[in-house]
Amino acid sequence: MIEQAARAGTDVLIPRLSEICGPANVITDPQELATYECDGLTAHRCSPGLVVLPGSAQQVAEVVRACAGARIPFIARGSGTGLSGGALPRTDGVLIVLSKMRQVLAIDPASRRAVVEPGVTNLAVSKAAEPYGLFYAPDPSSQQICSVGGNVAENSGGAHCLKHGFTVHHVTGLQIVTPQGELTWLGDGTGAAPGYDLVGTFIGSEGTIGIVTKIIVKLTPIPEAVTTLLAAFTTMGAGGAAVSAIIGAGILPAAIEMMDALAIEAAEAAVACRYPEGAGAVLIVELDGPAGDVERETAAVRALCTQAGAYEIRAAHDAAERAAIWVGRKSAFAAVGRISTAYIVQDGVVPRTALPKVLDRIAELSAQSGIRVANVFHAGDGNLHPLVLFDDGDTAMAAAAEEVSGAILDLCIEHGGSITGEHGVGVDKAQYLPKMFEAADLDTMQMVRCAFDPDGLCNPGKIFPTPRLCGEVPGVRRGPHPLVAAGQLEQF
Amino acid sequence: MTADAIPAPLTSACSEVRTAVKSDAVGGVVPSYVAAPASTAEASAVLRAAAELGLAVVPRGGGTRLDWGAPPSRCDLIVETRLMDAVLEHAAGDLVARVQAGVRLDRLAEVLGRADQRLALDPPAGASGTSAGGAPAGGAPAGGTVGGLIAAGVAGPLRLRFGTPRDLLIGITMIRADGTVARAGGKVVKNVAGYDLGKLLAGSSGTLGLLAEATFRLHPRPPAAIYVSLACADAATAAAALLTAAGSALAPSAAELDWPGQDAPLNLAVLLEGDAEGVAERATRMSDLLAGETSVGRLTGLRASSEPPPWWGRAAATGGTAVRIAFWAGQLAGVLRAIRAAGTQAGLDPAVSGSAAAGVVHAALPADAPATAVAQFVTGLRDALGSDSEVEAAVRSATGPRGSVVVLHAPPAVRDTVDLWGPVAAVALMRAIKDQFDPDHRMAPGRFAGGI
Repeated sequence: MIEQAARAGTDVLIPRLSEICGPANVITDPQELATYECDGLTAHRCSPGLVVLPGSAQQVAEVVRACAGARIPFIARGSGTGLSGGALPRTDGVLIVLSKMRQVLAIDPASRRAVVEPGVTNLAVSKAAEPYGLFYAPDPSSQQICSVGGNVAENSGGAHCLKHGFTVHHVTGLQIVTPQGELTWLGDGTGAAPGYDLVGTFIGSEGTIGIVTKIIVKLTPIPEAVTTLLAAFTTMGAGGAAVSAIIGAGILPAAIEMMDALAIEAAEAAVACRYPEGAGAVLIVELDGPAGDVERETAAVRALCTQAGAYEIRAAHDAAERAAIWVGRKSAFAAVGRISTAYIVQDGVVPRTALPKVLDRIAELSAQSGIRVANVFHAGDGNLHPLVLFDDGDTAMAAAAEEVSGAILDLCIEHGGSITGEHGVGVDKAQYLPKMFEAADLDTMQMVRCAFDPDGLCNPGKIFPTPRLCGEVPGVRRGPHPLVAAGQLEQF
Repeated sequence: MTADAIPAPLTSACSEVRTAVKSDAVGGVVPSYVAAPASTAEASAVLRAAAELGLAVVPRGGGTRLDWGAPPSRCDLIVETRLMDAVLEHAAGDLVARVQAGVRLDRLAEVLGRADQRLALDPPAGASGTSAGGAPAGGAPAGGTVGGLIAAGVAGPLRLRFGTPRDLLIGITMIRADGTVARAGGKVVKNVAGYDLGKLLAGSSGTLGLLAEATFRLHPRPPAAIYVSLACADAATAAAALLTAAGSALAPSAAELDWPGQDAPLNLAVLLEGDAEGVAERATRMSDLLAGETSVGRLTGLRASSEPPPWWGRAAATGGTAVRIAFWAGQLAGVLRAIRAAGTQAGLDPAVSGSAAAGVVHAALPADAPATAVAQFVTGLRDALGSDSEVEAAVRSATGPRGSVVVLHAPPAVRDTVDLWGPVAAVALMRAIKDQFDPDHRMAPGRFAGGI
């Protein structure tokens, strides 16, 4: 019976899913399905078998239970802004879209906590917390549209994570639906729940071990003062030296961003950001905290930038001035569309001190291949976003760009870094993961997946290039199956 | 298995193996052997040999918290990390350090201090090696090791700003129960490649494997620190003051409470760190804020000092019972009342201290407190927190459980009487993880939440 259902595809689930979520929330029309065929990484596309839009945690659980019962794969999707194909659908699978679950359920200002549904946008949390003088610190650049549920899946960072940390540092409890379709809480909002840190384990697992249905986030007091500096340098080397000097002085800015000449050129073309003329590199340094400290640190950063060769420094003290400085940086990815028909965004990380060497090597790769590379990066934490430009009508050039992009990741690994700092592995980098980790490492990671999802139905094919066969663990009595006990409290 | 002859697989795996002595006991369970591998490779060989021999293994760092949790249901072999004590890499420019698990925290602090950096964790010193009698002459330092810190998942006052070991751990090398060496994370702070097994290992009490190496994110060591301290006569005022401090934009690094007994005043202190000028400025503002928030006459001794108050970051006395109460910080006043009520009902007067503004306090009871009274206290507190009427119904239904009362360590009589962990959410998933990593249940069996 189960095998027949699998062969019959996802259509067998239509009646049951319609019963759970209402027929209007089950999408079967091929044209409508096609609008879900990719996330923010458009290079990978696949139309889902079915799309379902549950309106509550209970509905998500019932949908997953229906999929699990029919042994049909399921994939969760938030706002679809992911950049590694983590929410890439499958033709033989159900895409569970969480965008209808967008309520901020509670704000507890005294505890500095909020409880939100997964479809709530990142920025909406900060907006809801603002009247209490609080904000939600992780701020991926897509924060106006990306969902907190997606942030949990990807352990999203943002420009300000240098000082404030990633999603995993700001989430203290999760309600999830297990891949068997059971609702359970991981963590209790305190950050000190007894037992294994399943919250930390779940965050960044890219939707492969369950679907999050409620999130308890930490809120942070809004900094008293914020200053944003823009420093222009003639060379990348000088800009890099300024970064090292700032960190070496024991200053921890909220953000340190850097752009090279080509990225600046693109930004000028797209949004006329009017960065200083002739800049070979611009540095954006944002400092936040108590007013006195920010004032002194701003002076120190100015001096260090000047010493490193900055020929122009601008400072923003209010939101409008700040926006004027950030507009170039924030538009950079889209802006390269003005100077190139197609491009690959990379997301490698290197130790900060290796940045100059790695940038030189990227320049060499670019010169050797004739493929232009625009560099935009979170300099403070060594997270590079090289934009590898090519003409998508030219297949040879596209292949060369792909090669340069891969070579950049190799460089990152060679220098002790990572193949992804914030975009995730998804489908896009699954083949690179074995370059960074050995088979035993990946095998050990997949034990976690086997514990949560022994049947391999939850977002299969992502992260790990080779799935681990879970099977029964020989030689031991297994504890109660998660189906039996998940979501319940037990006394021992 | 007798302790007389050390099995050949163990002696060939590791040059430092001896038969155990009584003082090697873990929670009263005397092991047969103690192995001290000197490298990851040797540690891997030891665990392979243990797997071959079917030995139950308890990892040991400095032994400072070996009396935490339940006694192991079996313990044949202790694997101690004292010879794995190298700081492998301190990349000062990257604010990252990679160390072996046996590195002592005091030594690490010294190495990092040379570059004006620190690992921003300040766990209390812990029991000074009561269970680590097998350590070589001189014993383990009170501060313990990196591996022990991570396995116990402990944090001190800096928890408010920097969190717990899991928040600063960016890479691990672990050895699974079968001897397999596995790595996760790396040596860059920003990294989302693969599952983050460090999170799973942090606070796992050695039940998933042996930690061999750890890589941490570091922070600049602040040049100046000021502690703003005061005393309050009542819990409500103290709670309001602490929450005001933590919710302020003055960026406190810690906000601690010390309440030695129900008739004693509540001591509070807020730590401000940074450059000297900024810290002085913020200390003045913090003092004003606290004075304004607390009603006049109920507050005494407001002062700012570069020295911590004597009670700062102190661990509960050894030998007694230590209970960790975790809660949503906004409930602090209610939690403090509940602790006193449960104490009174059980005829006990616990000393209460900890990172109250971060939602974690400890209640300490003396070694001679009757076991039944301690059990009554713990149960009474769990009931009171579970039915806190101050919690908004909507929030509670949205969030499920909102805190925990865990007995960290206790004398044997108490341990046998009381449920150490209380309710554990998602315990079935935890068991499934344990079964994957340690299918034969040989790593610190029975030590952990849910009987894991």
